[in-house]
Order: sequence, then C-alpha cells, then structure tokens
Amino acid sequence: MSKFVPGESVRIRDDYPPGHIRTPVYLRGKRGVVTRYFGDFANAEVEAYGRRGPRKGVYGVLFCAGDLWGDYKGPAHDVVEADLYEHWLEKLA
Amino acid sequence: MSAHEHDHGHADDHDDHRGHDHNAPPQPDDKVHSYYQILGIALKELLIEKGIVAAADVRRNIEARDAITPANGAQVVARAWVDPAYKARLFADGNAAAAELGFVIANTKLVAVENTSDEHNVVVCTLCSCYPRDLLGLPPSWYKSRAYRARVVREPRAVLEEFGTMIPDDVRLRVHDSTADMRFLVVPRRPVGTEGMSEEALAALVTRDSMIGVAAIDPPKL
Repeated sequence: MSKFVPGESVRIRDDYPPGHIRTPVYLRGKRGVVTRYFGDFANAEVEAYGRRGPRKGVYGVLFCAGDLWGDYKGPAHDVVEADLYEHWLEKLA
Repeated sequence: MSAHEHDHGHADDHDDHRGHDHNAPPQPDDKVHSYYQILGIALKELLIEKGIVAAADVRRNIEARDAITPANGAQVVARAWVDPAYKARLFADGNAAAAELGFVIANTKLVAVENTSDEHNVVVCTLCSCYPRDLLGLPPSWYKSRAYRARVVREPRAVLEEFGTMIPDDVRLRVHDSTADMRFLVVPRRPVGTEGMSEEALAALVTRDSMIGVAAIDPPKL
C-alpha cells in the first residue's frame, strides 16, 4: 500500500540513528517531491542484522541540486533522485 | 584540483606507485590485502574446509558473473530504440523486458531511465556500489571509487566533463542515487545517422559508460 503519491512534497527525517541506514546523510532534513512508488521491499535496516521485519514502501524522491548543496554551480533545474523507505519520509502540510 | 580530488584520489595514487619500477609489469601478488579482503579469503577457505561449498562452485560462480557483460544491456537498449512497444514494456517493467531477451535479473528491480533532448540521466550509488550487475556485469572500478560517488551528486557536470561529456545548461541533469533495491539502466539517445542500421549493428554502438550515463554514444564512423 502506498502512503505517498507522486507529486507530493515530503521532508526527509533529520535523524541520525546508528546502524545500516540507507538514507544518505546529505538528504536528511531536505525537502523533495515524490516521483513514484516502487513497491514494498524488505527493510534493509533490519535485514542487515539477519532479522526480518515488515516490508516497507520505497519511493523515488526528487531533490533540487541547489537545495542540497549551498554552492551548487549547475543550472537551477538540475536534480538528484534517490530511493527512500517510507519511514524516512515526513508529510508536509 | 578540488578538495575532493585531493582527499580521495591523490594520496592513494602515490601509495600505489611508490617503490616500484613503472616499466615493470604489474605484480598482483605483491599487493597487500585489506582487512576485508583477508576476511573474505578466510571465509571462503572456511566454507570450503567445512564442505559447505566446493572450490569449483566458487570458480563457476565467478565465471558466470564474468560472462555477464555490457553487451547484454546494449541489446536491451538497441531493442528499445527500434521497437516502441518493447520500449514501453522496458519502462513499465525492466525485469520482464530484460527477461524477454533472456537476461535474468534476480532480487533487484531494473528501472530504465531515458536520456532525451531535455534531460540527461546519470547513475551512482553514494552508499556503496549498487549497479545493474545482472545485466551489465561488474561495475568499473571508478564507479566504486569514493571520488566518483562523492562528486557526481555534488558537481555532476564537472564529473561528466572529465569523461568528455558536456551537457548544455538547458538540458536538465538528473542524478540517480541507487539507495535501495532499484538498479538503474540509462537508455542513451540514439545517435544521428543510424536510421538504417540493424538492431545488431545498433547494439554494437552502445557502450557501458553510456548506460551509466557518464557518456553519450558517438555517431557511427562512416
């Protein structure tokens, strides 16, 4: 079941838990836009320790390169897209 | 030279070249293994010693891995260029489209992204080295380097320029960071002057780097 829809604005959790985390640090706390729902996948954060847990939705999230890097030198339309687990996405009002 | 290049490349280069004759052939046996390489070798030896796997199994698996080459991906790209219905299926379900040509992609989801006159895609895994190995084989060593992984999300146009690839400012650059189970295949633009070419001849034009997105495809030589 998808919890977010394409076009929806989200904020990535600004959180730094220990462990096998697949959300790159450079995206934490940043705002992006959901591009697509890829499906539900095994949660790598749990699987990395040989445990099983509920599958998590994974979404493509698009970020403006200029929002990620204060000193980005390319054109304003350049983007970075990452595949993020649903528990890292926060809804924006 | 940027700070990144200095941090991630310069010191290593010098370590590699220290104390040997540049005219002598490389001596892989002289290499000092890293902690994790030693761990990997020890694990393999233990698995063999305990009879869990045989040395021949390990060798066969390496052979099977090495048999996968970018030519497989090139066939997928060429088919997508000549067959619009196949192209639609490729973008809808990459695994199923690859399977149509006999390429089995296990455990990951193949996602094709298309380079157009408006958008250029490039792929990285900033966390490690995720790559569509089941379709393209093993990634090039630079793809796994800290320099590429750190820089291509931060200054992608500068990195592409170092590959000889100039993306005009009116073309949007889209960097895909493979952080989960998706594996991205860039479908490069079909070069001009290839209108009458066969699918097989087209596939021969498609390079590994063009399917990662660090290069465009050169037009065929006349």
